[in-house]
Amino acid sequence: MKPTPNIEKVRFDVKRGVVDRSSAKLEINPFDLHAIEAAVRIKESLGGTVTVVSMAPPHAEPALRDALARGADRAILLSDRRFAGSDTLATSYTLASAIRKLGDFDLVICGEKSVDGDTGQVGPEVAEFLGVPHVSYVTEVKEVSRESVTVISDFGSAYYLVRVKLPALISVTKEVNVPRKPKFKDLVKARKAKIEVWTADDLRDVIDFNRLGLEGSATRVIKAYYALEKGREGIRVKGDEGVRKIIELLTSEGVI
Amino acid sequence: MCAEYIDGKVHPVTYELIGKGRELVSKLGGSVKSVIIGYGVSKHAEELVQYGADEVYAYEYGAGAPPNVLLHKEILVDLISEIKPKLVLFGATAWGRSLAPRVAAALRTGLTADCLDVYITDEGDIVQVRPAFTGNIIAHIKTLTTPAMATVRYKVFKPPEKDPSRMGEVHVREVPKERLAGSRGIEVLGKAREKEVNIADAEVIVAGGKGLKKKEDLKLLEELAELLGGVVAVSRPLVDAGWVPKDRQVGFSGNIVKPKVYIACGISGSPQHLAGMKDSRLIIAINIDPSAPIGKYSDLFVVGDLYEIVPKIIEEVRRIRGR
Repeated sequence: MKPTPNIEKVRFDVKRGVVDRSSAKLEINPFDLHAIEAAVRIKESLGGTVTVVSMAPPHAEPALRDALARGADRAILLSDRRFAGSDTLATSYTLASAIRKLGDFDLVICGEKSVDGDTGQVGPEVAEFLGVPHVSYVTEVKEVSRESVTVISDFGSAYYLVRVKLPALISVTKEVNVPRKPKFKDLVKARKAKIEVWTADDLRDVIDFNRLGLEGSATRVIKAYYALEKGREGIRVKGDEGVRKIIELLTSEGVI
Repeated sequence: MCAEYIDGKVHPVTYELIGKGRELVSKLGGSVKSVIIGYGVSKHAEELVQYGADEVYAYEYGAGAPPNVLLHKEILVDLISEIKPKLVLFGATAWGRSLAPRVAAALRTGLTADCLDVYITDEGDIVQVRPAFTGNIIAHIKTLTTPAMATVRYKVFKPPEKDPSRMGEVHVREVPKERLAGSRGIEVLGKAREKEVNIADAEVIVAGGKGLKKKEDLKLLEELAELLGGVVAVSRPLVDAGWVPKDRQVGFSGNIVKPKVYIACGISGSPQHLAGMKDSRLIIAINIDPSAPIGKYSDLFVVGDLYEIVPKIIEEVRRIRGR
């Protein structure tokens, strides 16, 4: 689960090329809400436990509490200065290492992408590092058993029915479910719950420190700026004159 | 570059990637190599050459088999280790975005998603330009490892001209049955359903946004779209509300479209929506709110009620056509 700023509220320090942290608290990445819901539904039908893992700065704790309130049993926050500056490669490596440390798992569920990074890469990369099969763009979870999960996946050109053997990783789209709202009593319980915080040292036995953070990243952001689009010098009209002008333009474009 | 070939068809983003490859090669040197994997791919190899590939590696399946991302990954990892390209381009389609990161992680190399441009600096570095924060920010990314890998959406790069006289080398490699067998944990059981519509290729798009009061009102836009020979698309809120499937969504998280004509009805023009249609040739916006941001990005901004304006356009078009 990735704690992300609210995209509508967040402000950027464009000069320094960073997010103005004070402008937006971290909340559960909207796509991950669907992943958590999918996991909880599987737990409700087959049993098991749901563990949420996030690599994020310490002030992301409220987002992990929110995940617990939504049905996760355990929340692990991977937080360490040495994780800072990670691109998707380093992030995926770190997450996969933590998952491996957690021990045997049946299914890893991710959201399609994050609203701030927008790459959608971490899911498949984590699957590669864990050595498990994955299915991306899952729009529906049709069947779950102890051996496999059967899903509908958007391949781009069409939707395909795919069965994947467990252990596996799936990344889900917003279409997969409608996440429930946490109950008040669960929110209260989550406020007192224990969030396990792991540093890089806690992963010492499974991790190569050179592959963490900025040093372990294969890409660097060299420049970032507001996507201020060049506007168009258009005409502005009202009502019926608008209808006339639209017809005029459509005719000149050869559409009428 | 990696050609996308699913269900017997080459995805057109493939040609755009080849075109970009040619442009980069003129600055970087080297050659454009294309790889295509699947059943019946060798007959498409020549076309890839005609669009600009110098060499094509066609991995021919002995029999029809659905696309398995892990098999494709294996083939690509082997090929990349063999020919050692500087840059590998994939279409940023659902397939490409599932396959490329798998390959990147296997190679422990950098992958940049959803690029708007790729260029070479004076020092010879490969830099990729991509949006972040749901389209609010543009970032330039340098890759430190080799190969650099990037996914690029359909319609971002221009398709090159096809040159039927162009020559190139085609290497056909059979993928032996034993390699095809073995699901690697993934069994593609078949097609569940087709996509309802492909709005990315439409020449005329009539799009609706939050200004529409109820789902049934889309019929009004459908009527106009039909008259103009176009399709109906929507902004994200209407997809989130469950009015239409995501296939009709225009925007950063949906489709990027570049039609001849884009008519935005009741769409305010958020940055993430603009990211999806800003390169349309003609943009007409109808909105009751004169301060709607889309006004700054339209060729014609009609301030008015779409429920009045759209029927009048329909009426006028019918009158002109004598119906």
